Amino acid sequence: MSGGSILGLAWRSLMNRKGSALLTLLAVALSVALFLGVDKARNGARAGFDNTISGTDLIVGAPTGQINLLLYSVFRLGNATAEISWPTYQDIAGRSDVAWTIPVSLGDSHRGFRVMGTNAAYFEHYKYGSGTALEIAEGRRFDDIYEAVLGASVARELGYGLGSEIVLTHGLGAGGLTDHDDKPFIVTGVLAPTGTPVDQTIHIPLEGMTAIHVGWETGTKSPLADTITEDMIRSFDLTPKTITAVFLGLERRGTILTTQRALNTRAGEPLLAIIPGVALGELWQVTSVVERALIAVSIFVIAVGLVSVLISILTSLNERRREMSILRATGARPGHIFFLMVAEAGLLGFVGALLGVLIVQAGLFVLGPMLASSYGVKLQGLGLAAIDLWTILAVTAAAIFIGFIPAIMALRRSLADGLTVKL
Amino acid sequence: MTDQPAIEIRDLRFAWDGGSTPLLDIPAFDMGADERLFLRGPSGSGKSTLLGLIAGVLEPQSGSIRVLGEDMSSLSGAKRDRMRADHLGVIFQMFNLVPYLSVVQNVTLPCRFSQARRAAIAAAGGPVEEARRLLARLGLTDEKLLARPVTELSVGQQQRVAVARALIGGPNLLIADEPTSALDADARDRFIELLNEEASQSGAALLFVSHDGALASHFDRSVDLSELNRAGVAA
Repeated sequence: MSGGSILGLAWRSLMNRKGSALLTLLAVALSVALFLGVDKARNGARAGFDNTISGTDLIVGAPTGQINLLLYSVFRLGNATAEISWPTYQDIAGRSDVAWTIPVSLGDSHRGFRVMGTNAAYFEHYKYGSGTALEIAEGRRFDDIYEAVLGASVARELGYGLGSEIVLTHGLGAGGLTDHDDKPFIVTGVLAPTGTPVDQTIHIPLEGMTAIHVGWETGTKSPLADTITEDMIRSFDLTPKTITAVFLGLERRGTILTTQRALNTRAGEPLLAIIPGVALGELWQVTSVVERALIAVSIFVIAVGLVSVLISILTSLNERRREMSILRATGARPGHIFFLMVAEAGLLGFVGALLGVLIVQAGLFVLGPMLASSYGVKLQGLGLAAIDLWTILAVTAAAIFIGFIPAIMALRRSLADGLTVKL
Repeated sequence: MTDQPAIEIRDLRFAWDGGSTPLLDIPAFDMGADERLFLRGPSGSGKSTLLGLIAGVLEPQSGSIRVLGEDMSSLSGAKRDRMRADHLGVIFQMFNLVPYLSVVQNVTLPCRFSQARRAAIAAAGGPVEEARRLLARLGLTDEKLLARPVTELSVGQQQRVAVARALIGGPNLLIADEPTSALDADARDRFIELLNEEASQSGAALLFVSHDGALASHFDRSVDLSELNRAGVAA
């Protein structure tokens, strides 16, 4: 008898016990889905984060933790606790080893999206992915105080297009009492989607950032603010007094550590210069403890799923003694009985793992875009990967191995029972 | 092989779990190549154990069993299994069928395990054709009936399916272990006639085992296990 024909018997036998077979498949499938889901979320987040910034050699901000600086300057997560002064920025920008700088000023928001003050250098030098530059999908860059360029998600979700007027909110609220409604901005451009937090950002000139805060120096609107007209504002010096962070590129990448050291130990205003890749590495080190714990837990859950395979086959053995003796009487060798049991376990493992992979793929298909829009980071590499295949193989192999237990029991019984079942 | 006696037992001793008090102690038992033999014995007399020994799923402690000329006790386990798969048809008391297989799949089951049986019926159009032919001869032709799960068939129908399965591929020896105990008197007599007819048509020897001595009249010869077995009725 060929192996395929025994597999056929195993399959029919499982289908004859559909209820318990389905529950067992579900247990295996969910455990595999948990394991793969954790793994994909981890790798997807890493790849997504790693993709967010490239080409920037150093990020400079006020002293804080390097992870913190990275999170608020690049990922718009959290807030800066301190800023750096404009003269210090000019000092950094004037260094001979610095090729370019992008000053950024954060702190305001518009209907939940962060507003970032910056200048033309941002569109020139900010790169993501493997060195892709930002691209304006519609319109043009800002070149007046009250103009704004929107990230792709901002435009899509808020339904804004070229010419839309937007009112900025002080701080990060959803809007309301602290609106800068005295000074609306005109949308002049919309960026192409990038799959990074840039999509979630409203970009305005640094001068615009200063302008909307005229009359707000105390943090709330002063009664005088409304009396200040646009013409008066334009006559002021709108050079910012402080900015949040500076992205910079070097003339030669080889000097990166020297420059970092020079900035960190510089006399005068204290600074923190970080290398984005290194800071990300540190972030992953922090999260890897949790990741490992999650992976360990999910491997144990797979073990539980496999135990349920064992339970379902073991509990079926008693009621199947008759079946075994029929098979023996019609010519099945002990090896056939053994293989039948092992094949059932293997089938449960294989089909269960396959289902688990499908659950994860379907889940990512549905949840992936939601995650991307709520975190601004597009999870990467979520399609079928080698790990999916390896997991199916490993779970099937483990199930086959576990199947040896009921197989040996069924074998012993069928040898002892002979042709008649002693009940 | 058919000119060999179907069964030839000499000085057979068997005890469960290798114990010292034998359940079976049979000095001699012979059955001819195309004989239809009735073996009578009450429950617990070791009938089923004897059938297990003849079918080669059990091994005696001593003595010899020759089935169709092959000495079962000197064959390896695998060869005994091959022997059973190729040359023996077994019908049980009840619950003869594998619940998750269709009627036809149940009948063709031995062909899955035996190359010889597949070869024997290759000329007849293969296992499925042969199974349908056998079922038709046993009065099971209704397509609707054949399509039903085997667990929904009546006991009589199930037993006829079991006969078809025992007969497929032309075995030389049919072993029936109380196959009529779940049938009423009418169905029982018809079943035995059918079995006898099929055995003689296919030229197979038939060993029919039952506790019910009244059935002996249907057979060529009748033997009482208690007369064969020196160990007596222990259980």
